[in-house]
Amino acid sequence: MTDTAVTAPTEPPAGGHATSTGLSNEKLGMWVFLSSECLLFGALISTYLLLHDRSVEGPTPKDVYDIPFTSVSSFVLLMSSLTMVLAVSALTRGDMRRNRLWLLTTALLGTIFIGGQVYEFTSFVREGLGFTTNIFGSAFYTLTGFHGVHVTVGILMLLSLVGLSLRGNLSQERAETVEIIGLYWHFVDVIWIVIFTVVYLAA
Amino acid sequence: MAITEERPLALPAADGGDDDFQPLGIFRRPATATGWRSWVTTVDHKRIGVMYGVIAFFFFLVGGSEALLIRTQLARPGSSLLSANTYNQVFTMHGITMVFLVVMPMAAAFANYLLPLQIGARDVAFPRMNAFSLWCFLGAGIFVNTSWFLGGGADGGWFAYAPNTGVVFSPTHGLDFFTIGLLIAGIASLVSAVNLTVTVLNMRAPGMDMMKMPVFTWMILVVQVLLVLALPVITVALILLTLCRLFGANFFDVSQGADPLLWQHLFWIFGHPEVYILILPSFGIVSEVIPVFSRKPIFGYPFMVASGIAIGFMGWGVWAHHMFASGLGPISVAAFSLSTMFIAVPTGVKILNWMATMWGGKLQFTTAMLFSIGLVGMFTIGGLSGVTHAVAPADTQQTDTYYIVAHFHYVLFGGAMMGLFSGFYFWWPKIFGHFLDEKMGKVHFWLMLIGFNLTFGPMHILGLQGMSRRIYTYEEGLGFDAWNMVASIGAFVIAVSVLVFLANVVRSRRGAADALPPGPDPWDARSLEWMLPSPTPAHNFDEIPTITQLDEFWHRKYGTDENGRTVRIAATEDVTQKGDATDVHLPSPSYWPLVVALGLPLIGYGLIFNLAWAVPGALLVLGGIYGWGLEPADDDENPPHHHAPAPELEAGAEPGSTESEEAAGD
Amino acid sequence: MSTTDTTDVEAYDALPTEPDQTGGYHPTEVLYVKIAIILALITAAEISTYLVDWGPAHLPALMVMMVVKFALVIGFFMHLRFDNRIFTWVFIAGLALAVAVYIVMITTFRYWQNL
Repeated sequence: MTDTAVTAPTEPPAGGHATSTGLSNEKLGMWVFLSSECLLFGALISTYLLLHDRSVEGPTPKDVYDIPFTSVSSFVLLMSSLTMVLAVSALTRGDMRRNRLWLLTTALLGTIFIGGQVYEFTSFVREGLGFTTNIFGSAFYTLTGFHGVHVTVGILMLLSLVGLSLRGNLSQERAETVEIIGLYWHFVDVIWIVIFTVVYLAA
Repeated sequence: MAITEERPLALPAADGGDDDFQPLGIFRRPATATGWRSWVTTVDHKRIGVMYGVIAFFFFLVGGSEALLIRTQLARPGSSLLSANTYNQVFTMHGITMVFLVVMPMAAAFANYLLPLQIGARDVAFPRMNAFSLWCFLGAGIFVNTSWFLGGGADGGWFAYAPNTGVVFSPTHGLDFFTIGLLIAGIASLVSAVNLTVTVLNMRAPGMDMMKMPVFTWMILVVQVLLVLALPVITVALILLTLCRLFGANFFDVSQGADPLLWQHLFWIFGHPEVYILILPSFGIVSEVIPVFSRKPIFGYPFMVASGIAIGFMGWGVWAHHMFASGLGPISVAAFSLSTMFIAVPTGVKILNWMATMWGGKLQFTTAMLFSIGLVGMFTIGGLSGVTHAVAPADTQQTDTYYIVAHFHYVLFGGAMMGLFSGFYFWWPKIFGHFLDEKMGKVHFWLMLIGFNLTFGPMHILGLQGMSRRIYTYEEGLGFDAWNMVASIGAFVIAVSVLVFLANVVRSRRGAADALPPGPDPWDARSLEWMLPSPTPAHNFDEIPTITQLDEFWHRKYGTDENGRTVRIAATEDVTQKGDATDVHLPSPSYWPLVVALGLPLIGYGLIFNLAWAVPGALLVLGGIYGWGLEPADDDENPPHHHAPAPELEAGAEPGSTESEEAAGD
Repeated sequence: MSTTDTTDVEAYDALPTEPDQTGGYHPTEVLYVKIAIILALITAAEISTYLVDWGPAHLPALMVMMVVKFALVIGFFMHLRFDNRIFTWVFIAGLALAVAVYIVMITTFRYWQNL
């Protein structure tokens, strides 16, 4: 029989049990999922690119897009990525209050973005571009709508984190949970970076 | 040699657990170990695997009945058993059922049961997500099939080409059940794919490098990666179609400027990797079975792994070979024709390696081995016809004829299904603790092989003679009559063979008490699952083994003597585990995965019929997710995300692989 | 029962570790803010293409700026530059595949059709 003195097994990833790669299951799972989302949004963006200029009637992109307005909401979403990393950073340091503050700010910025989307959609509809008006409308609303749903889910997750934190269940050891939700949030922001360029500015 | 853990075995706690534990959530976690409740709340990968298998087999009978209807209708010209409309529904549902509700989940059954065992793990990375995938799949399968009672089945073919599948040409709800049902099934598969990918990457036993994993594990890993990347594409296609059908979107309305090819591209970008998703698990099974019954290691292990990865990779570059006749233009057609020819290479490597494994081996023609050899033979035939399709000009004649039907049934039935049956016979003793009867198994095999070739062999001829696909009848005197009758007879021979299999299952179970128990290693096999008692104990390994080489278990039994000959170096009972470890901590059961999964079909019914249904569905999903997230971690002494203090390990104890974070993590 | 199994703590120790999961090099908050400022500046430049005519450089410039912003967020905010290579491989696999497959799909619509 071998000796019983044991060195701890390979230092597990922060907050987890030992894994073959040393990476946490949850974080690896999130990256795999985000990889999958590239294919999802790629299909939606490609669909938009193919169809946006094939309408036979109704408003075209140039007729409805309000670049200054969308620029502001894009900027808001971009800055929410900053507040997100600050939230993670705060929790890593053990600063629960800062963590909650930045999480709430991120959720707020996200909500402002969604508000901007809602305003944009309603003004487009008023200008005659509905979901079923023409093929550009279908493609536009589907792509941006899907993105908006992703943002909304993200906001719900952020608020849930704030709730957990207020109950005392979001400790410093669980910083990785916030980091993982942050990954999702940044990804949604990155998709908007692509959409803003490809859908709005390139028009 | 017991594991030293503070917590008692979680599963059989019939008293409901510790009284002084304050859970985070409202409900404590279920704690039954027997009865239907334990199955419904299980997170044990083995039970989940068995349930996948049972459900998939049930759908195999459904899809098979649809096939018999088709063949009865086509046995004679001018038959009026099925109207054209009904026939469209039957062949569509047959395809959907077989692809999404049979082959994929049956492969999932094997993957779920075996993957953790083959890598030396106690369970998958996210056990509750695993349960969710199962229930989600079951919900999707039921949902799609309720279409039969709610206005008719989907009727646009399993590939559902738009705009034919828009509301103008397909006004019944059948296709809505198809799109939404497949979206739900897609969620199940995607979640499972993330789960198994992380499991293989992260939960291997100490010493098990990637290149020491069994070929089956490798093939499953490739399949999961394919699923992760391919499912989103069909998700988008289905969503676009759903939005068109239910909400008036214009994606496939040509009068609004749409191009029907968009559907075809999106569908086949998924669809081609999908066929590799269908076949690779069976390739993996065969790569386990043939070496065992040839008493030789797999020939060219690195090439088997590399060719599997190559197939997965190259499968992305060939999709438009399903669209050769759609007006793509000569350059696209030529490019995809070339790429399609190339993809035959890695598959050919596998065929050759299986044959080389058998060459010079001491062959044992068990039923499992017969089915595996069957796959090698039948898939080769199907692959050869596939190569003829790759030649685009030739395909222009073949496409939309029964020649294509012959091809894909040879690779999917003769290939994938036979591989799965091989797996049944091989792993049945491990899973259930008794053998399937070998004599009946051989009757099953030969009947199935003969019936299968009678059914699909003549279809090559019918196709080249011009019989179209997807027609509900044909005129007499065209020269199709005789071969159609042969094919239909063959289909019923297949049906008889399936009945033989079912009888075998029942009979073997009944006779199990009196039969000789198989023990841990009845086939003298090579991989880790055979180290364990049959049936596998709930906790899998008493101690996680340390791996030093490929086929670790085999090398513990056999070494080489000074003349280089293989000799037995240890008795079976010395290298297998007893299964009697207590105090192994396992993830606790949970009912939240079922709750969330239940909500999805309700949302589906709501979208189709009345949004009022979608509300409780959405509440179940949302509430279920919160319940899941807030559920007490199953280890109250180790709150989530603290790693357990390094236990005092005695000899034979297991280095720190606790599941305490499993609950909070999955 | 084999004694080499689970007492091989050495073998277990040899598993790859990732010491800088949350330790190791970590961007400071100052760096994050700097990245955010750069992102804002690039966004301003992008928006300027709407106000000022960039001529033939319009589309290529937008693409470059989009890619740079993409890379900055992924690399720094999502920590990919400082994390284990496996994460990068996993993500790039999906990204590269998406780009390749969809570019091929789109080109079959726009080009190659009636030659």
